Amino acid sequence: MKRFNPGRLILGLTVALIALWLLAPTIVVVPMSFADKKSLAFPPSGFSLKWYENFFTNPQWFNSFTTSLKVAVMVSVVATVIGTMAAIGIERMKSRTAGLIRMLLITPMVVPGVVLAVGVYAVYLTQGLVGTWTGYVLAHTLLAIPFVVIAVGANLAVFDQRLETAAASLGANRLTTFFTVTLPLIRPGILSGALFAFVTSFDEVIVSLFITSPQLKTLPVQIFSSMTRDADPTVAAVGSLIFLTTTLVIGLGLIFGTRKGRKS
Amino acid sequence: MSEPETSFLSPRKFLSHPALLTLPALAILILVMAVPLGTVISRSFTEGDAFLDNYYWFFNTPVNMTVLIRTFRIAAVVTLVCAIVAYPYAYAMSVVGPRLRLFLIMCVLVPFWVSGVVRTLAWVILLQDSGVINKTLLALGFDKVKLIRTQLGVTIGMTQILLPFMIMPLYAVMRGIDLRLIQAAKSLGAHPVKTFFQVYLPLSLPGVFAGATIVFILALGFYITPMLLGGTQSSMLSTLVQQQVLSLLNWGRGGAMGVVLLIATFGFLALAAPFMRQKYKMSGGSR
Repeated sequence: MKRFNPGRLILGLTVALIALWLLAPTIVVVPMSFADKKSLAFPPSGFSLKWYENFFTNPQWFNSFTTSLKVAVMVSVVATVIGTMAAIGIERMKSRTAGLIRMLLITPMVVPGVVLAVGVYAVYLTQGLVGTWTGYVLAHTLLAIPFVVIAVGANLAVFDQRLETAAASLGANRLTTFFTVTLPLIRPGILSGALFAFVTSFDEVIVSLFITSPQLKTLPVQIFSSMTRDADPTVAAVGSLIFLTTTLVIGLGLIFGTRKGRKS
Repeated sequence: MSEPETSFLSPRKFLSHPALLTLPALAILILVMAVPLGTVISRSFTEGDAFLDNYYWFFNTPVNMTVLIRTFRIAAVVTLVCAIVAYPYAYAMSVVGPRLRLFLIMCVLVPFWVSGVVRTLAWVILLQDSGVINKTLLALGFDKVKLIRTQLGVTIGMTQILLPFMIMPLYAVMRGIDLRLIQAAKSLGAHPVKTFFQVYLPLSLPGVFAGATIVFILALGFYITPMLLGGTQSSMLSTLVQQQVLSLLNWGRGGAMGVVLLIATFGFLALAAPFMRQKYKMSGGSR
């Protein structure tokens, strides 16, 4: 073991404090979700499961949840297909235009949310897309494409293109080469792109707030309007469910990922 | 990329041009981003009594100037705090063993993946007048601090939400730094402080620049957090845009504000981009 080092101790304490600061808000939400009264006072005075019950039985909450789920699934399929195609196209072009296209496709990440939302709202008003499935899926796909292009692009950058040439020289046609050589090798990039696309859509709130309608609204919009209206611990119940799901998914992904990495 | 070519102008060749693969993505980009932003920009010029009416109004209304300056100030403070907090954390991530590293990565990723709106709710619970922080302060014998509906509260919430964007690029750069360089400097007799400032810090700067750029840009356009954690004394430019458009139905003025925000964002990106690229090249060459 190394000898005692005060610098290491200070660093360790600092890091522990930062980790706590990162996690605190998420952790606070969990006990809040079991509150017995309709207030956000912390710690809650008693225990109940009624906010979970409310989430699953109140159509306002449950419908917005299923809407978000459906939109996010559609977005992750559409954005992953379109984004992967674009990433492959960019990688094969290898010219200055390719760099420009890549940059353009990533811009939705940095455009200020409200400015984009106002513009999308203006266009949707004239096209009758406000509060429609198409409207949500189109807007969320735009915001998800950058993540797919980045994830798949990173995977393609380390991909040995001689493998494709080898397959072609052995007589495989373009389609066979793509499905039997290229696709399996860039699968990790595609999967993480799809996951990012799903989360981007499921979490999107700013554009959704503008293009929402009382008949069709997504979960973040419902959370937001509930928060601006009153102190409803159902929000905390939703937050805890999301927290539990993401922790499981990321945890399994990391454990699976590191184990795979160790093998190779 | 050497494929047997038959004819350069055959339709097959044209249909297999890689640029075609990017067309669906570009179509979405044009329909859902270029056209909407174009609408905002054109309305900011056309909907007013005179050509630059809305811009004249924007820059000659004291409230707008206050909010514009406040937006930049909050974004700058958030970026600075993020850099200071993320630096030791990313460093620890880059030097600890695999198990602890996994835990530290989880601490960054889990809140990052939990809905932004829900995290803002958590900050409401923590920061409110009878919230966790104020109760702790009272228990320790301090006075209550007004946190919710203040700029301080907005800054605390935004910093925590944006911190992962600073930690990840920093960690990516720090992981690539050859720690033998530090040992070499030490073995040559350099003081640890001097080693840090002359060897480690310069090598990690590309990560700081990359993280600071993305945090600053995202902070400029923040909307949800300032709205839920802040009051009228801490609203940012995005809130004003929304008010003009949705509450006052003034697309021209809202558009002008939006254009100012767009120019600020992309102007800053344009300033930072060549700087970052050069830094990356330098660090790449030294490896």
